[in-house]
Amino acid sequence: MDKLRELENEVRLGRLSRRSFLARASALGIAGAAGVPLISERAMASSPSVGGQFRIGIGSGSSSDSMDPGTITDTYMQVVNYGLRNNLTEVTPDGELIGELAESFEASEDARSWTFRLRDGVEFHNGKTLDANDVVETMNHHRGEDSESGARQLFDDVDEIVAEDDRTVTFHLSSGNADFPFLMNDYRLTICPVVDGELDLSGNGTGGYILDSFDPGERTTMSRNPNYWKENAAFFETVEVLVMRDSTSRTNALTTGDIDVMNRVAPSSVNLVGRGGNVRVEQTSGNQHYSFPMHVDREPFDDWHVRKAIKLAVDREQLLQTVLSGHGYVGNDHPIGRANRFFHEELPQRQFDPEEARHHLREAGHENLQLTLKVSDAAFVGAVDAGQLMAETMAEAGIDLRVDRVPSDGYWSNVWLEEPFVASYWGGRPTEDWMFTEGYAAGANWNDTNWDNERFNELLREARAELDEDRRREMYHEMQELVHDDGGSLIPIFANYIMGLSDEVQHGEMANNWDLDGLKCLERWWFA
Amino acid sequence: MARIAVLIAQRLGLGVLILFAVSLIIMFVVELLPGDTCQELMGQGATPQTLQACRAALGLDDPMHERYLSWLGGMLTGDMGISLANQRPIDELVIRRILNTFFLAGIAAAIAVPLSLMLGILAAMYRNSIFDRIVNVSTLTSISFPEFFVAYILIFIFAVELGMFPSVSNVHADMAFQERLYRSLLPALSLTLVITAHMMRMTRATIVNLMASPYIEMARLKGIRGMRIITYHALPNAFAPIINVITLNLAYLIVGVVVVEVVFVYPGLGQLLVDAVSNRDMPLVQAGALMFAAVYVLLNLFADIVSIISNPRLLHPR
Repeated sequence: MDKLRELENEVRLGRLSRRSFLARASALGIAGAAGVPLISERAMASSPSVGGQFRIGIGSGSSSDSMDPGTITDTYMQVVNYGLRNNLTEVTPDGELIGELAESFEASEDARSWTFRLRDGVEFHNGKTLDANDVVETMNHHRGEDSESGARQLFDDVDEIVAEDDRTVTFHLSSGNADFPFLMNDYRLTICPVVDGELDLSGNGTGGYILDSFDPGERTTMSRNPNYWKENAAFFETVEVLVMRDSTSRTNALTTGDIDVMNRVAPSSVNLVGRGGNVRVEQTSGNQHYSFPMHVDREPFDDWHVRKAIKLAVDREQLLQTVLSGHGYVGNDHPIGRANRFFHEELPQRQFDPEEARHHLREAGHENLQLTLKVSDAAFVGAVDAGQLMAETMAEAGIDLRVDRVPSDGYWSNVWLEEPFVASYWGGRPTEDWMFTEGYAAGANWNDTNWDNERFNELLREARAELDEDRRREMYHEMQELVHDDGGSLIPIFANYIMGLSDEVQHGEMANNWDLDGLKCLERWWFA
Repeated sequence: MARIAVLIAQRLGLGVLILFAVSLIIMFVVELLPGDTCQELMGQGATPQTLQACRAALGLDDPMHERYLSWLGGMLTGDMGISLANQRPIDELVIRRILNTFFLAGIAAAIAVPLSLMLGILAAMYRNSIFDRIVNVSTLTSISFPEFFVAYILIFIFAVELGMFPSVSNVHADMAFQERLYRSLLPALSLTLVITAHMMRMTRATIVNLMASPYIEMARLKGIRGMRIITYHALPNAFAPIINVITLNLAYLIVGVVVVEVVFVYPGLGQLLVDAVSNRDMPLVQAGALMFAAVYVLLNLFADIVSIISNPRLLHPR
């Protein structure tokens, strides 16, 4: 049945037509007639009912976690936050953007001002009614000189945020941004209430669950919000979110029934987990990818031929099989994934070609090239192995790659962005503009390749303000081609989100923009 | 007895000095680590502007000695400060965790200490017998495996296969005592397996050694047998070295169990301290490390006092 789920996933991503789904499903021995309703019916497999204690083990979380949404960096607090609070907008499982706390939103002609109309009568856990002031204050918490919020740079283009009336908020931008409502879906920009003139960051929100206890780095408990404004959501009576950093512990706990769901199943143990009785493994293919950024302003990476040679000298299929046990898909040296709207399907996949790589090396005037790659498992689990594999295939192309393993501690502050050739990890972003602006635009803080391509930068600005879908698609395709061809990042693999679920746990169509059903498992899932 | 009171007072005074020295060393070491709290917290997400704002808010721009003095000032008035990472009061974070750690160490010690003493005495009595060999081989085997491996094996047998115990030990405040005890048994058992060998072999070696001494031979010649010789004549003299090994292992149970904590998802002080170090959260590192240092000081003091009391020559020096 795993294979069948994979096929369904492909259909959802639009990579497989309904017809070929049927053909391949019947090749698996599933009768066509039985296959037809599978796709549409699963969403309503068993109608959700309220009840039960939901326990989920998450492979991250730290005793430094805090309830301030601006400090959120990983899955643990993202899931907790989405249990307690809501965004202005929401991404549906099929990737469409809809209003969440906003009942509607619209742009001015030039996409330079965006107006959000709030839902009527939404109440916070403490009984306060949501109004425009809460939204303005929440956003101000993330912007301005003194803000420590990680979301601060999302507001670089925001000039002013105005409460027009109780239920209307307008954002005035300094330049047009067609994707602005997508930014309002950022996991940090959840709406908090203003209580006695101050923003209440204690966990009081409009979400489907009310906070009972919060022990950072240990566990968080919540109970169902009987007054939740969203219909057909938040089905569990109580919820317990546990920090379980050891993947073997999570797997054991799931197998013995101590938890109902785990995330980050180790790719190598997918088969073992699936075998354990009343437990199943589910995967979504999203945008998270592993990359090896090179600083294009440093020797020898300043030579286009050298970058090309390095990109050609990697066996992506082998990396996928070894590092991820096949649970992912190969990357094409640009950061746009299958969960993005304008993913470039027609761009030819770069293949392992040591001869061609050797040719480019010669063009660059190198007979033999010596390189050092700094890696650590802090970048991603398996980064060191990936480095070793790359060293072997690169040797075939005449590149002598020395893999230098560095400590995990402080990797992101001392190695990434500092050293010219390292291993890195990107969670991916819901929109092309966001991903490119954060990691590829000239001068961006996280531009980890120091890449500065004039045509690319120009397209990025134009596409952002363009409201016509087809023109945007064209532009984003060209940008993917530019990064693929000229960019400094080797992006060999995209990793699936792999989750383990007890058979009791049911869900509808699963979102692939983030881990755990778009981080919304608490409100979207239920017990059979 | 007055001598002992003086000794305790002296040692406690010295202990305070040691803690002070430890806090200085920790300050320097944390300072030497690359990066600071703000960088570590924001990780990949840090930008120059957010870093600056964060450092200003946490006072990380102040010179090191000023930060140390203000921390020390707070500490001396009983205020451990707040965590740099999430602004929570440190006493709230640390005390609950260290009580959990004591609880787990207590259960492990309650099983391991009597068990290893008993095994050691029996092994000494039946020296070179099959029993002696089995005890030696099995305890040495269990100490030779890494802790996490022992823990996984126990989980596999008792949680996965037999279903007798839960595989996670996430104890928390609103848990009844029995439930807490039940949930902590597997981690306690893993720790027991890890520390038994050391104490057992020390007991055995000391008693074997004493059994060869003339006064024991005398006792034998008087016709006293077996168990009575060991418990009445040998054991009191064996106490000093055994108690030293026991306290070393007790200290280990408190400060060295982070691996077992992680495997069993047990909320002890170890994991908190690891997080604190990786976040460069100075006040929290200080609080945790000082607790550990204090445990060492007190346990060593305890060992010395027991050695003195059990040895009349030290108790009544001429």
